[in-house]
Amino acid sequence: MTTDAATAPSSLLSGQGRGLVDRFGDRALYLITLLAAILSGVILGGITYEVFKLAGSAISKFGLGFLTTSNWDPVHEQFGAAQFIYGTAVSSFGALLIATPLSIAIALFLTELAPRRSRTPIAVLVELLAGVPSVILGLWGILVLGPFLNDTVEPALHAALGWIPLFGGTYSPVGLFPAMVILTIMTVPIVSSLTREVFATVPPSAKEGALALGGTRWDMMTTTVLPYSRPGIIAAVMLGLWRAVGEAIAVTQVIGGAPGIHANIFIPAQTMASQIAAQYQGASPLNQSALGYLAVVLLILSLVFNGVARLLVRGVQRRAKVS
Amino acid sequence: MRRRHAINRAVEVSCWTAALLAVAVLAIVLVSIALKGAGEINLDFLTQNTSSFGVGGIGNALVGTGILIGLAALMAIPVGILIAIYTSEFAGRRSGFVIRYVLDILNGVPTIITGIFVFALLVVGHQQSGWAGAVGLAIVMLPLVARSCHEVLALVPGHVKEAGLALGASRWRTTLSVTVPTALSGMITGALLAVARAVGETAPLLLVTSIYPDLLVTDPSQPLPNVTVTIFRYSETPDPVKHAQAWGAAFILILFVLALSIVARSLSARMRRRLGAAR
Repeated sequence: MTTDAATAPSSLLSGQGRGLVDRFGDRALYLITLLAAILSGVILGGITYEVFKLAGSAISKFGLGFLTTSNWDPVHEQFGAAQFIYGTAVSSFGALLIATPLSIAIALFLTELAPRRSRTPIAVLVELLAGVPSVILGLWGILVLGPFLNDTVEPALHAALGWIPLFGGTYSPVGLFPAMVILTIMTVPIVSSLTREVFATVPPSAKEGALALGGTRWDMMTTTVLPYSRPGIIAAVMLGLWRAVGEAIAVTQVIGGAPGIHANIFIPAQTMASQIAAQYQGASPLNQSALGYLAVVLLILSLVFNGVARLLVRGVQRRAKVS
Repeated sequence: MRRRHAINRAVEVSCWTAALLAVAVLAIVLVSIALKGAGEINLDFLTQNTSSFGVGGIGNALVGTGILIGLAALMAIPVGILIAIYTSEFAGRRSGFVIRYVLDILNGVPTIITGIFVFALLVVGHQQSGWAGAVGLAIVMLPLVARSCHEVLALVPGHVKEAGLALGASRWRTTLSVTVPTALSGMITGALLAVARAVGETAPLLLVTSIYPDLLVTDPSQPLPNVTVTIFRYSETPDPVKHAQAWGAAFILILFVLALSIVARSLSARMRRRLGAAR
């Protein structure tokens, strides 16, 4: 680390002692910071190891069949995860189905349409929404949003689209649908802020070209902004999925915690994360291990979504630097 | 031609609507918390202990959350800053990328799984404790602190560091007395945002410090009462009195979180202006 050229002047100024101190100081700072950096890897490794260790007995007992069977019976120690995988899949994909177009619209608004002076305040407000603690969003979801959906939105959806089994005729203030709406509220700030950053990297010359050819702003968006940003939008959606899949607390509060797979999204269900949050304490060892198996699936999903999204973002950033 | 303009008009209107909708949702959430929560706040609510039967308050939960956050910050902030110094000052291109990627992935671990990890590490064979809760929150904070401190340390212009080295200061003295102070307000921003995130965290605490008495507990080797688990519990009961208390606690929590993010944002704006001038 320390070259002779760098230490020589300081030893000249304050004698031999400081040269030693400096050489030691350089080495010590390097080692301490290196250890801290390694610690972050150790924590990540430790989390993975402990979760797999916990899941061990459930994995060896139920194998991959765990993922496709759906009886969860702590009394008879039979465990299958299909209903929770279904709950996680429907609530997360449903949320992203609403959140993605909404976020793209917000990002287009903030980069192309909004009056320049209102851009930053609106972006800050949308990001503040991401800072609302999930337990508070869940409290709001169960006491304000749920009753509103139950009384107004769910009957309206059933009246309009009731021929689709998803919008069945039984309503409930807790269930998959409120979970979807809460997850939408949680993912919109993430997806829109990343999408906005990606839109900002589109070269102005390309946009001006589209406008100069006589295109409307919509033509400009579809011919330059959106195609150019495709990898970034995919990354944003994956980050949104990551956030939705891993959310335990708010979903536990609003989903109702009922077993079973039902086509109707208005009635209570359960996700992998909410099942862990609801049942982990006081579970028998095999039950805990089965919850650990759920955690393994959850960990893999979120690592894949998050890991791929980060790599895509890096690619986008590199391209933005080059152009 | 006319059709194209009609489509364009429709798209512009829907973009406006989407942005307004997002801001409106934030407003609705904040307004309902304020309407339902602000009325609950009085001295008794803030000082009395939680209670399973009577009305009670959240005094012990506020103290417990304070202790948990304090301990977590003491663990996560120094280590996070050291990691940031490594990635910004010492690491090569590849190792720097790997460590930052590991931090991003660590940040991506669902916090309920962080809870399982801390449970397996510190609670199995012992009992729930404030220490376990603090470690859980520290793991949530660590990648946030390290990443944001790295961003600001990387912003410090090379010539500022070179000036330190040219004065004959060694690398470690330059780092500690030139680079870090230059980036300090940005690093404080990162630390504050991490605290704001951790203070609202429930999932890890639910597994490792949630079975506590309705008493004031200040010993972190015991399970500590805390605000987020209290809100979670109360929201799950059918009791309107508990719901009202949950709104009161949520009101205090969100005020704290919003205040922290506003202070953090203004600090970081100042830091950017200053570094902009130094360039």
